[in-house]
Amino acid sequence: MKLIRFVLVGFIFGIILTKSEAISWYRIYEMFQFQSFHMYGIIFTAIVTGVLGIRFFKKKDIKDYKGQPIEIKDKERARFRYIAGGIMFGLGWGLVGCCPGPIFVLLGAGIMSIGVVLLGALIGNFIYGIFKDKIPH
Amino acid sequence: MESLYGTWHWSISGFLIGMTMLMLIYFGKTFGMSSNLRTLCTIMGAKRQSKYFDFDWRAQKWNLAVVLGAILGGYFATHFLSNGNIVELNANTLLKLQELNIDIPNGKIVPDALFSIEAMFTPKGFIILLLGGFLIGFGTPYAGGCTSGHAITGLSNLQLPSLIAVIGFFIGGLIASYFIIPYLF
Repeated sequence: MKLIRFVLVGFIFGIILTKSEAISWYRIYEMFQFQSFHMYGIIFTAIVTGVLGIRFFKKKDIKDYKGQPIEIKDKERARFRYIAGGIMFGLGWGLVGCCPGPIFVLLGAGIMSIGVVLLGALIGNFIYGIFKDKIPH
Repeated sequence: MESLYGTWHWSISGFLIGMTMLMLIYFGKTFGMSSNLRTLCTIMGAKRQSKYFDFDWRAQKWNLAVVLGAILGGYFATHFLSNGNIVELNANTLLKLQELNIDIPNGKIVPDALFSIEAMFTPKGFIILLLGGFLIGFGTPYAGGCTSGHAITGLSNLQLPSLIAVIGFFIGGLIASYFIIPYLF
């Protein structure tokens, strides 16, 4: 089963997010109040690791596990959607203290009420899908 | 071993999250959790409602596998890798929480004021959770990604759009933290 490796990556990711407390509403609140370096340190270290890793992939011309060249798509050039969508997501992130990854991890951690957040997220995604072509991007 | 059960240091956590992303790139995929919301909508029948949902969700099975793993990881870490000494916040944050009448962590990962079953069943509590989720579900596809897709993957790949999006995340988060939360509690 080639999906097993992805379950494994997700499993490790879930453990990291739980143990780093990035899934904690408290940690997100503390971050936005600028009262702890913890979350900034996590994001910063992840980016530095990512930058160095991607540079290594490109420099050494590393192929993925199937022998295909590694390609990371550039993000679409636009401005409005990033700032408008970004602020909307940020409002939700600051309010309920979780982003899409942690929603699922918290479900596993036994926080039942996160189900309401997930329901809201699915409704939001559905409404976006309906109105996508009618809102400015 | 003690350190395994307590809060993991930010440097180790950040390094491992970066490695998770690189691992997925090596597997020929791009790290991004929010696209799973779209996949779930499609599976639940949104396909007929909009072209946006009209795609072959099977191509995203790998990402749903990551989600399944993340749920299991959250369960495992909570039940087998915790000693209760978690979420030790800055003393100023604790004071702030007390002023807002939000219960302090005391070994919990999220506050009861927002996430307890009692809070969930009050109209106000339910609406806060649903609205927060709605903003996440609408905002992330609009912005083309969330913390994993933009802040981690996009910035690691030096994408200007991701920087703009992350600035947006922070504008929204600061407004929520300084103006909305004090108003709600």
